[in-house]
Amino acid sequence: MSGQTLAEKILERASGHATPHPGEIVVGKVDLAMAHEQGAQAIAPFLQMGATRVWDPERVVIAIDHWVPASTEGAAKLHHMLRVFARDYKLPHFYDVGNHGICHQVLAEDGWVVPGDLAVGTDSHTNMLGAMGAFAIGIGPTEYAAVLATGKIWLKVPPSVRISIDGQLGKGVYAKDVVLKVLSEIRTDGARYKAIEFHGTTSARLSMSERFTISNMTTEMGAKAGMFLPDGTTLEYLKGIAKHTSHPLEPDSDAHYERELHIDVEGMEPQVACPHSPDNVRPISDVVKEHVKIDQAFLGSCTNARMDDIREAARVFKGNRVAPGVRFIVSPASTKIYAKCLEEGLIEVFTEGGAVFTNSSCSACFGGNMGILAPEEVCASSSNRNFPGRMGASKARVYLMSPAAVALSAIRGEISDPREVL
Amino acid sequence: MKAIITGKVWRVGDQVDTDQLIAGKYLTIIDPNELRKHVMEDLLPEFSKQAQAGDILIAGENFGCGSSREHAPAALKAIGLGAVVADSFARIFFRNSINLGLAAIEAPQVDKLFRTGDTAEIHLTEGVLRNLTLGKEQRFAPLPAHILDILDAGGLVEKVRRELASSPG
Ligand code: SF4
Repeated sequence: MSGQTLAEKILERASGHATPHPGEIVVGKVDLAMAHEQGAQAIAPFLQMGATRVWDPERVVIAIDHWVPASTEGAAKLHHMLRVFARDYKLPHFYDVGNHGICHQVLAEDGWVVPGDLAVGTDSHTNMLGAMGAFAIGIGPTEYAAVLATGKIWLKVPPSVRISIDGQLGKGVYAKDVVLKVLSEIRTDGARYKAIEFHGTTSARLSMSERFTISNMTTEMGAKAGMFLPDGTTLEYLKGIAKHTSHPLEPDSDAHYERELHIDVEGMEPQVACPHSPDNVRPISDVVKEHVKIDQAFLGSCTNARMDDIREAARVFKGNRVAPGVRFIVSPASTKIYAKCLEEGLIEVFTEGGAVFTNSSCSACFGGNMGILAPEEVCASSSNRNFPGRMGASKARVYLMSPAAVALSAIRGEISDPREVL
Repeated sequence: MKAIITGKVWRVGDQVDTDQLIAGKYLTIIDPNELRKHVMEDLLPEFSKQAQAGDILIAGENFGCGSSREHAPAALKAIGLGAVVADSFARIFFRNSINLGLAAIEAPQVDKLFRTGDTAEIHLTEGVLRNLTLGKEQRFAPLPAHILDILDAGGLVEKVRRELASSPG
């Protein structure tokens, strides 16, 4: 009999079901349940279920982020419903306006998810927290209601995919380029229902922020979860902020993987996901040749708007101006990051050059808040999705790339290779 | 839940994501009856106007990929669709549909078997899918018992309600 994958070990721990096999259905105990605005839709089913209390208020985090502060009346109603719910059901961990951030980012920076956890969230990019060595998955509001009521969730044990990343990243090449490269191999449906494990020497060297970027976009591969193995970097990051005890688990060396993939990033150039799919990935030099003019540049989202991302973009942007006719929107992933940017003088770097540095929110990422694109417009974005209509009009074209590439594209008014200036 | 579902077919292709099912601008709408008016409004504008309760939506690969918005299956459920059948589903969309009590059936290559306007017949527990118009059929893996239980209860809400009501304390 072969050993167990990380997903199988975590689900065994969560469900008490010995050696769960792919395809089996287990019922697992949830360690952390996060809701953003979509959590408001969980309230009605929660009440219809006849629940009178939330299973464990210490394990519930509400973090509004899509429309913060509320930019439409509809969003205001969702926020209000959540505030009333949190008050009535005594849920103390509410990241409200002023203390807000993108939901995944606040979970990360306040240590809400730790190695070995089974974490759920009402947002599809909850996969990001897999970087902690946790099984972190996105679920819908009805399911979220069931978790609030019972603290449990049914799960089909997924088969696992092992992705080994090796090689040294060159100058101007980032975790974003790595994950785009992986996407170009796996495609948007290649890991559907599966759990991904990242191995290899490069994975082990990555910072937590870089791991978040990569785990985040396992959602675009269709994966149920995208995990890094917990190590010294993970534990160091969580020191003093972990909200509960970790159970670092590791896959057995003889674990069974449905598929194994090796990605060598040595000498790899920056990558760009072209319209209209995150797996439509090409080396940046190809795209640069076509002189793709842009109307908007967006540095933001849970994928790439942490301190290292903003610092790197600022390094490129400093002393320059946004190209005529281009809008450059910079939106930090959390209020804490916003404060740090202020302290480091980074806000000025951007605003002096004609960029708009916004309050923390999902911002232009999803086409429903601000920075919405008109038909025929083109955007260079550090976010994770470029499906038709994702950032506004369904005809608008979105190119996904690293923060440094976004910054240089904003300066030049067309998609540009950051290696030219770094 | 009926063991045999029969209905008129609507066809869509591969990779229909949740942004195409319900655009981001409608995400603050909660009422499913309001949402249903906007289902696939760019992709298949006649669908939201003409689809009837009992109709069956048949898609290609990776149906419902993209965000976790439950708006998408909720709107389809509000139309009263008999089932959604696809070559394959995105994971969250599949779960959301089941949890709302909307039968989601994975049948590889199904997109080759049907055209819009055909009549489909689905035998849920036996795993048989027929095109009554063309007289063709194919098999699919029947849903596991746990999932049939949820559909039987009419969705996860009712299932949990029964559980909470019968558990002491
Ligand atoms: S930043 Fe974008 S991808 Fe991330 S949670 Fe917000 S809308 Fe979703």
